[in-house]
Amino acid sequence: MKVRIALSLVALLLATALLAPWIAPFDPGETDLVHRLLPPSAGHWLGTDHLGRDLLSRLIWGTRASLGAVAVILALVLSAGTALGCAAGLLGGVVDTVLMRLADAFMTVPTLVLALFFIGALGTGMTNVVIAIALSHWAWYARLVRGLTLSLRAADHVAAARVAGASRLDIARRHVLPAVGGQLAVLASLDLGHWMLHVAGLSFLGLGIAPPGAEWGIMINDARPFFRVAPMLIVLPGAAILLTVVAFNLLGDAARDRLDPALAGHAH
Amino acid sequence: MLAFALRRVLTLLPLLLIVSLIFFLMLRLGRGDPAMDYLRLSQVPPTDATLALARHELGLDRPLPAQYLSWLAGAVRLDFGLSWTTRRPVLEDILRFLPATLQLAGAAMLLVVGLGVPLGVLAALKRDRWPDHLTRVFVFLGVSVPNFWLGFLLVLLFSVQLGWLPAMGRDGPASLLLPAIATATMSACVTLRLMRGAVLGVLGERHVVFARARGLPERVVTGRHILRNALIPPLTSIGLHVGELLGGAMVVEMVFGWPGLGRYALLAISNRDFPALQGFVLVMTAVFVACNLVVDLAYAWLDPRIRLGERGA
Repeated sequence: MKVRIALSLVALLLATALLAPWIAPFDPGETDLVHRLLPPSAGHWLGTDHLGRDLLSRLIWGTRASLGAVAVILALVLSAGTALGCAAGLLGGVVDTVLMRLADAFMTVPTLVLALFFIGALGTGMTNVVIAIALSHWAWYARLVRGLTLSLRAADHVAAARVAGASRLDIARRHVLPAVGGQLAVLASLDLGHWMLHVAGLSFLGLGIAPPGAEWGIMINDARPFFRVAPMLIVLPGAAILLTVVAFNLLGDAARDRLDPALAGHAH
Repeated sequence: MLAFALRRVLTLLPLLLIVSLIFFLMLRLGRGDPAMDYLRLSQVPPTDATLALARHELGLDRPLPAQYLSWLAGAVRLDFGLSWTTRRPVLEDILRFLPATLQLAGAAMLLVVGLGVPLGVLAALKRDRWPDHLTRVFVFLGVSVPNFWLGFLLVLLFSVQLGWLPAMGRDGPASLLLPAIATATMSACVTLRLMRGAVLGVLGERHVVFARARGLPERVVTGRHILRNALIPPLTSIGLHVGELLGGAMVVEMVFGWPGLGRYALLAISNRDFPALQGFVLVMTAVFVACNLVVDLAYAWLDPRIRLGERGA
């Protein structure tokens, strides 16, 4: 039941993101100063914002920006976490020590503060927001992958493969990655909502997409001066964020219930 | 106990050293030329001569290790240099804004502990009855809601519609309530869920069954045998939530015009004011680490296994 709701919500969001150019009734950046702050009508289903842009179209395009950002964060965190965690676990020695101390160091700073710092070092913009969030979250994944790799390395079938002459790369590819994949998928699905909230928060602070772009966080920021006259300009983009995070969290819960009850205490 | 505290501090020092190195290197090797930013913020037109002068003034012409060591020597004494924007010592600026952020995060922490822990216990003791179902729905929404948006909704309801609480500014306890709720909600919900799970876990353990079998009053069983043991997992996570609350507070500050470090950090980011940025991130890390140290000590006190178990390690 939970799985079905989660999957249909995520599918709906993905479809909206992919089909944005075709289903959005207006150009999300098209301003029309004569028709500013309109209430919902037949022409503009959800009304218009302070520059006369169609709210529905901007919400639809915002799906694309938000899901895109989360997808890239997911890819970056998973690949960095897997590569570094595997390297630490399989190579051991100095590599292990250096990588894990580095991971510990990244984990000593609050994630949002660390992300803010990286944006300061790299510059603002959505790309850098995504990189900053990935940089502040890879360490948890590297630690998990390393732990799993170490326990696998001691397993009989891996020892047998090593005795049979398999290289470390072979072992990583054939024995470690497939076994680690399921656990990583669960952990990642639990974090998707958390990343989404980070993206929205940093974008709300004005560090993400530059003003004409449509993204939910910056839409809320843009609408602040008109909060009392047109609260829907803030309520609806926020509801879109909430819906997306709910979808991700449902997906995460379902994945955890199904695959790994042991991860139930995950910190985020 | 003192030995435990000392051991903890000693393991933290090398970590903080690595953190400081990361902070230093990211800014030096990040993008652009710090000397250019310095000149821009000083409103001096960049020429070869002024650039060379700025590099010398900032010590950028020295080798990287020497730069790092002198910066670190300053940072250890809490001397982060002068802000390139305000021209005041960074520490002075930060100390002016930090109390407001700490007040907000602290108030949020009170809500997290004051609501998350008792409601979690309640949900566990009333498992599958209405308090459990109600908190479950609430928790599910609470962990998914963006804190800054929740802030706007609270303002819409309590300030605009009802007129009960101020929408903006920092003026007495009434103005603290809404931002604190917005900051605390997610962590309170996570804590509630963890607390519920921990109590349910302990309920089935043999010493609790035995305490009941001995005919101890339910109050004693709950207080001494269930709560004390069940508090450990949520307490560990509360240490992590200090980080969430500090970060969350800085975002929520922007909704309520709360005069905290958030605006200072944003200015430092947009101006590329390196000393301010480094000071900000170091101070926040120090606060986070210090809070976690306190939490570590608290659960070592609660759980002798942790306090004594570390001796061998």
